[in-house]
Amino acid sequence: MPEKFVAKVAELKDGERRIIFDGDNEIGVFCHADQFYAYSNFCLHQGGPACEGLTIAKVEERLNPDKTSRGLYFSGEDLNFVCPWHGYEYDMKTGECISDRRLKLRRYKVVQKGDEIYVVT
Amino acid sequence: MEMIAERGRRVTVEELNTSKLLAHARKQAVQRKYDDLLIVDCDAHHYENENYGEILPFMENDVLRQLSIGGRLSGRRSLVPSQAGFTQDMGGRVTRYPLRATEKTEPGRIRDVQLGERWMDAMGVDYSCLFPTGMLNIGLHPQKEMEADLCWAYNRWLTEKVLPESNGRFYSALCLPFSDPDASLRQVETFGHRKGVSGFMVTTVRNIQVNDNGLMKVYRAMEERGLALSFHSGPNWQEPVFRACNRFISVHALGFSFYNILHCTNWVINGMGERFPKLPVIWIEAGLAWIPFLMQRLDHEYMMRPSEAPLLKKKPSDYMRDMYYSTQPIEIQDREAMECTFRMMNAETQLLYASDYPHWDFDLPSTIFDLPFLSEKAKHNILGGTAARLFKLPPRNEKQKQNLIKYGNLAA
Repeated sequence: MPEKFVAKVAELKDGERRIIFDGDNEIGVFCHADQFYAYSNFCLHQGGPACEGLTIAKVEERLNPDKTSRGLYFSGEDLNFVCPWHGYEYDMKTGECISDRRLKLRRYKVVQKGDEIYVVT
Repeated sequence: MEMIAERGRRVTVEELNTSKLLAHARKQAVQRKYDDLLIVDCDAHHYENENYGEILPFMENDVLRQLSIGGRLSGRRSLVPSQAGFTQDMGGRVTRYPLRATEKTEPGRIRDVQLGERWMDAMGVDYSCLFPTGMLNIGLHPQKEMEADLCWAYNRWLTEKVLPESNGRFYSALCLPFSDPDASLRQVETFGHRKGVSGFMVTTVRNIQVNDNGLMKVYRAMEERGLALSFHSGPNWQEPVFRACNRFISVHALGFSFYNILHCTNWVINGMGERFPKLPVIWIEAGLAWIPFLMQRLDHEYMMRPSEAPLLKKKPSDYMRDMYYSTQPIEIQDREAMECTFRMMNAETQLLYASDYPHWDFDLPSTIFDLPFLSEKAKHNILGGTAARLFKLPPRNEKQKQNLIKYGNLAA
């Protein structure tokens, strides 16, 4: 399977990303919590650069047992990346669009060889 | 530093120094021996907005703090969301909002023209009708004379500086100071013939009745000059009924459609289509989902209450089908509903593509081009052919010319 060099492990730190170009294809490779995630950089909405915007924790609304709202909070576990064109928000761990999880960005495998990271295109 | 005084006279002043400005107050304090008595000022102010960079990080709720900071700690004017801009970008998620000021343009050319050329060229757009952003709420200004003068100033700047420099890529529907019919008429008469002016735009975030007798002379003047009348919508969190909304998504989803629904209803029910049959009327930035709703609603009620709309010679939906609608923000989640909408509104001849760039919910031409249920003719019409015919826009190359001829849209 063809592989494309992404970066040296030490160069892609937690919270950072690289955009890899492979012909007409573009792949966003994120480093999050010491894991690497790679997704198509074409937003499922209108084709925007899905991997080039903010990464931000998922917003939750917490309810009391009596169903009153305690307000909005950022999730302690779930991180999303946001397409900068319109705000389509994707789950970092799965590439699913959090507004409709049937929509999912194509995911690419990331392999580490020694101190180098490659994405399988 | 120079300050502009009356009649453009430039007055040189030194930079402000509070101690120097209040030197005479200090003299009074000394003369009256104020040091001998305790003086307490119970109401004084500072401009805390100049310190938002330091204040906002103290907010307790992480999500609200993110929304308020919005990706930048400076440049915030107001934290009270009377204008849409407060949370449109979802705390900086739509990154072009906080980053806008960082984009570099070449000196010597108007910045807005350069930015417009960039996004038009990127999207493959040939011409764009340019509208303001902040002034979409001009209808809420409590002073009619201020609304009129601000519209005048904007319209002059646009027609004398921006449109000429765009070499025809930009055209405009100028701002109409709708609260003042006399001022509106004056601006139609003054600006209506200027190059690049396709017509005039009314910001629909207001509660004036479009059927008011005072406005008929404005519509007549526009119709006689072959100008188009656009109604451009907007949101308004201060509208009393929308104060019931606690999230911007609700204000935005409802408000944009609401204001156009309101004014379109009045336009149709009061027989404006009969009074001004040659006046092209365009409804802008309310999406399309409201159109089948209003057609059904008004037709249903008109069948039972014709005495309240005596000017009508056909159904309300027929008058709506005589008018034009911009596509954005096109509601894409239900393809069958969209197809039904296109059929009901006769989209092939009445729909005009719009991007709304750079706003947060802009639409690319692909939102129309990629629709599988549209014929080639409909795509060409919607994307530009109908607008070319309406506003007499010329093709920019031979292939475009051939396509305009093919579909009956060549008018210039």
